[in-house]
Amino acid sequence: MIRCESLTQTYLSGGKPLTVLKDITLQVPAGEAIAVVGPSGSGKSTLLGLLAGLDNPTSGTVHLDGQHLNDLTEDDRARLRGEKVGFVFQTFQLIPTLTALENVQVPLELRAEPATARATELLKRVGLGDRLDHYPAQLSGGEQQRVALARAFSNGPKMLFADEPTGNLDASTGSTVIDLMMELNRESGTTLVLVTHDPELAARASRTIRLRDGAIISDSAR
Amino acid sequence: MSGVPFPARMAWRESRAARRRLALLIAAIAVGVGALVAINSVTQNVAAAVDREARSLLGADLALSSRQPFPDSVLAFLDSLSREAVAREACDSVSPVRPCGLTANDRISRTTEFGAMAYVARTAGTRLVRVFALEGPFPYYGAVDTEPIGVWDVLQSGRHALVDPAVLTALEARVGDTLAIGQGRFVVIGTISNIPGDIGFQNVFAPRVFIPAEYLDETELLGFGARISYDLFLKLEPTMDVEAIANANRSALRRQRIGLRTVESDREELGGALTSFGRFLGLVALMALLLGGLGVASAVHVFVKQKRETIAVLRCLGAPAGTVFRTYLTQALAIGLLGGVLGVGLGVGVQMLLPSMVRDLLPVGLEAELSWSAIGLGLATGVWVATIFSLLPLLRARYVSPLAALREPFEVAQRLPRDRWRWVARAALATSVILLALIQARHVLHGLSFAGAIGVGLLVLWGAAVGLTKAVRRWLPQRSPYVVRQGLANLFRPANQTVAVILALGFGAFLVSTLFLVQHNFLRQLRVDTREDRPNLLIYDIQPDQLDGVLEELAAAGLPPGHPVPIVPMRIASVKGEPVRLADVEQEDGDTAARSTWAHRREYRSTYRDTLVGTERLVAGTWWAGAGAGDAGVSLEEDIAEMLDVDIGDDIVWDVQGIALPSTVTSIRRVDWTRFQTNFFAVFEPGALEDAPQMFVTETRVGDPASRGTLQRRLAERFPNVSSLDLSVVQRAVDRIINRLIGAVRFVAVFSVLTGIVVLVGALATSRYQRLREGVLLKTLGATRRQIVRIVLTEYAALGLLAAVVAIVLSGVAGWGLMIFVFETSYRIPLGHLAALAGGMALLTMVVGVWNSLGLFRAPPLQVLRAE
Repeated sequence: MIRCESLTQTYLSGGKPLTVLKDITLQVPAGEAIAVVGPSGSGKSTLLGLLAGLDNPTSGTVHLDGQHLNDLTEDDRARLRGEKVGFVFQTFQLIPTLTALENVQVPLELRAEPATARATELLKRVGLGDRLDHYPAQLSGGEQQRVALARAFSNGPKMLFADEPTGNLDASTGSTVIDLMMELNRESGTTLVLVTHDPELAARASRTIRLRDGAIISDSAR
Repeated sequence: MSGVPFPARMAWRESRAARRRLALLIAAIAVGVGALVAINSVTQNVAAAVDREARSLLGADLALSSRQPFPDSVLAFLDSLSREAVAREACDSVSPVRPCGLTANDRISRTTEFGAMAYVARTAGTRLVRVFALEGPFPYYGAVDTEPIGVWDVLQSGRHALVDPAVLTALEARVGDTLAIGQGRFVVIGTISNIPGDIGFQNVFAPRVFIPAEYLDETELLGFGARISYDLFLKLEPTMDVEAIANANRSALRRQRIGLRTVESDREELGGALTSFGRFLGLVALMALLLGGLGVASAVHVFVKQKRETIAVLRCLGAPAGTVFRTYLTQALAIGLLGGVLGVGLGVGVQMLLPSMVRDLLPVGLEAELSWSAIGLGLATGVWVATIFSLLPLLRARYVSPLAALREPFEVAQRLPRDRWRWVARAALATSVILLALIQARHVLHGLSFAGAIGVGLLVLWGAAVGLTKAVRRWLPQRSPYVVRQGLANLFRPANQTVAVILALGFGAFLVSTLFLVQHNFLRQLRVDTREDRPNLLIYDIQPDQLDGVLEELAAAGLPPGHPVPIVPMRIASVKGEPVRLADVEQEDGDTAARSTWAHRREYRSTYRDTLVGTERLVAGTWWAGAGAGDAGVSLEEDIAEMLDVDIGDDIVWDVQGIALPSTVTSIRRVDWTRFQTNFFAVFEPGALEDAPQMFVTETRVGDPASRGTLQRRLAERFPNVSSLDLSVVQRAVDRIINRLIGAVRFVAVFSVLTGIVVLVGALATSRYQRLREGVLLKTLGATRRQIVRIVLTEYAALGLLAAVVAIVLSGVAGWGLMIFVFETSYRIPLGHLAALAGGMALLTMVVGVWNSLGLFRAPPLQVLRAE
C-alpha cells in the first residue's frame, strides 16, 4: 500500500546542506496502522510529508497505492491526495475563513462531488452536528480537531496521515479525538500513518517505527 | 452553490473574512474607472457636439479671410458661386432653418475686423475692443443670442452697436449709451450672449463690438498700419459640393494670401484640438486607474503571503496549483468587475457635472450623454487592470508547497522557483500598460512616452523603497530611543508595507507635484512685473506725426517719455534666392513643391535699432559691426531662423509695402517672450528702414489704475487710431485662462490622489492585524499607549517623507522636461512650496497611519491573545 525505498531528504539551511532523512526503506501494508516516533528534529514530519507526496525526495522512491510518486507531477500528486489520502495536523489547519461544514466539504468539492450531505453526516458522526456554521475561531481545540477528522475522512481515503494529532490538545480531549480517529479508521479500513511523541498513542498502533537523526533505529510490530 | 465551480465558490467564501480590505481595493479601481469613464464620455460628448454644431460654428458654408481687401477676381468668383446657388435653390418653404429666396447678394456677408479704443463720453470709460463691421445676413446657420432678444436683426438698420457684456462693464456703460469708435458714433442697442463658434475666453483680451459696415468709414480708423482682417461668408446650396469647390480653389486663394474655411475643415481642426486635450486628460485618468492596479497588486502580494497556510492545506487536500491560482484570480476578477461597475456609476455622475465646469472653454454647447463605448472601455479596462496587476503576485500561490501545512520551510530566504509564467505575467503587465496608454492617447509617441514615464517613475519609487528598507535595516540608529527604533524597524520587518505605501503615496504625490510645478511656472512667467520700473501700459499704432503728441500727453501726465520703438510691417519675398511659395506648386518634373512654412508666409512687424534690449541675447553672429556696405543687416530670433532654415550670412529679401529690401542675416538672438514687452522676430540695422512707412509703439508705467484710465481716455480722445493696452487687464485674463485649464487637469488629477489615498489606506489595512498583534504584545509587556502612538508615528513619518521627497524630485525632473521640451520655456523650482507639499504628505500619511491603528490603541490585550 505504502512503500518507500532509500528515501533521503536534504535541505539547504543557512546555505549549508542539512540531511533530514537518511536512506529510509519501509513498507506499510493496506489496513495497517503504524506509529512513527522519535525526538524533535528526528525527521518524523518530513517522512510523513514525503510518504504523502507533499514534496519530492532528494533521492529514493515512494509508492502510494501502487502509484510511483516520483513519476507524477505536482498536480497529479495533488489529485492522488484528493482521491486517496486524508490528513490530520497537529495545528488542525482548518481554513479560518470557512465554516466547519465548508471545511469538511472542500475535499469533495475539489472532486466536484456532492458534498453537503456527506459533510453534515460526518460532522454529526464526530459530535458536531450543531456546530456546522461555526468558524474555526468559534470552536475549541478539540472541536477543531474533530472537524479536521471529519474533513480527513470526507473523501473516503485509503490512507490517513496524522501528524501529532493530539499535540495541541489536553490529555482528555486528546484521548477522545484519538478514540474517534481509531474508530473511523477501523470502520473505513484505512491505512494509518501516525506521527507522535506520545508513547500511549503510539501504543495504539500495530507497529512502531522509531527515528533518530533521520534514520530508522527500530521497527517493531505489536 | 453546488453548480458553481470550486474556484468561484472558494473565492466567495474566502472573501467573507476580508470584505473591508476588498472594499478598499474595489474603491481604488472604481475611482480610476470613474475618472476614465467621465473623461472619455465628455471627450465624446464634445466630439459629438462639434459634429452637431459644425455648420453653425462657421455660420456659413464657406468662409474666406484675408489681411488685405479682397481682389476683384475673388469677388467675381464668389459672385458666380452665389448666382449658381440661387439657380440651384430647391426651396423648402416649410423649413425655418434655410431661408428661401435669398438673392445672390444676400448669400454673401462680410465682416471687417480691427482693434480700436472704444470710448463712452457719459462715463469717460475707455477700453481696447475688437470691432466687427458687418454687412449681410450672417449667420446663415445657428443664431446670435442677444439681450434684449432679437436686436441682432436690427443692428444694420442704423448707427447701432452690439457689444460683449464685458464692454459695458469695462466702460461702466449701459444699453442706450453712445459708443465712440474713432470718429464714428454708435448707439449701444444690446449685448451679445452667444454667437456661433464662440469661445468665452477669446474675448477677454479685447471684447467685441459689432457695428454695421455701412458706417465703417465714419470711424476713420482704416489708415496705414491698422491690422485689419477681412472675412467673407458664403451661403451655398446642399446640392453644391462645397469641399470640391474649396479644394479646387484653395491653392489659388492661398497664393493671394487668402485663407479658406469650410464646415468640414473647421470640424476637423476644432474636433482634433479638443479631442487631443480630452485624450491628455484621459491619460491623467488612466494614471489613477494604474495606481489602483498597483494597490491591487500590493494587496494580493501580501494576501498570498498571509494565505500560505490555507493554500498549503488546500494543496494537501488535493487541490492542484491551478485550482488554487484560479480561486484567487477569481477574486481579482471580481474586484475588477465590481470596481468597474461602481466606477461607471461614479464616472457617469461626474460626467453630468463636468459640462458646467468646462462650458467657458468650449465653442460648442455641451450635453452630457451616456457614451456606451466610454462605459464599455472603462469597465473592460477596470477588470483588465485588476486582473493583470494581480497576476504576478498570484503566481506565488502556485509555489506554496503542501509541506508548509506541516512545518515552516527550512530555507529561510526561499528563492522563487524558475517559472516561465512569471515572465509571461511580466510581459503581459508591460504590454497592457503600453496598450492602455496607446488606446487612451491614440498617438504612438505620446502613448509610448506616457508608458515609459510611468515605468521609470515606478522603478525609481520602487528602487527608493527597497533602498530605504535596506538602509534602515543596515543603519538602524541603535542609540535612538526604543520607540524610534521600533518604528523604523517596522519598515523592514516581515509583512511590511514599505514598497506598497511608497509606490501609492509617491505616485499620487508625483502627479500632484508635477501639475503644481507646471502651473506655477506658467503663472510665474506670465506675471506682469510689478516692480516700479516695469511698464504696465502699452501704447501702439502711433503714426509718426502723432508721436510728439503722444509723448506730450505722457509728459503732461507727469510720466517719463519712454522709448518709442518704430515698427515697419513687411513680408518675406525670398529666402536664399528661393521665392516664398504661398501654395503648393506643380513643378515641370511632375513633383509638387510644398508651400512655404508659416514663418515664410506670415507678416512681420520689424524694427531697427543699434542696441540689444534686456529680453534678448545673441546666440550667434555679431551685433552691428558698423555701417555695412551692400545689403541691410538683419538679426533674427532663433526659432524663426530655424523655421526659415537660415544661418549667419544667408540672404533674405523682404517686401516692405511693395518695395524689395535685400538683407543679410548677421546675428541670431534668443528672446524671452514670456515678458510683456515689445520684442521682434527681425531687428534691422539702423539706416535700413528709416524711410519706410512706419508707426510707433511705446510703453509706460502708471501706478494708479485711475490715472491709467484717465491717460487712456485722453489718448483715445486725441488720437482715435492709437490703441492702449492695460497690462493688468491682460494679466487677469491670462491668470483666468491658465487657472481654468489647469483646473480641468487638476480636477482629473484629484482622482489619482483619491486613488492614492484609498490604496494607502488599503496597504496599511493589510498589515493592520499584524501590527495589532504586535501592539497588544507590547502592551502586555508594559508599553504605554503613548509609546505605541510614537512607534506608529515614527514609522509613517518615515514612509511619508521618503515617498514625498522621491516624488518631488521625480516631479522636479518631469516638470523640467515638460517646461523645457514641451512648452519650450524657462523653469524654476519653488523650493518653499515643495517643502510644504512634502511636509503635508508626511502629515497625511501619519494621520492615515494613526487612524488605521486606532484599534491597536484601544484593543484590550486579552481579546487579541484569546483570538490566537
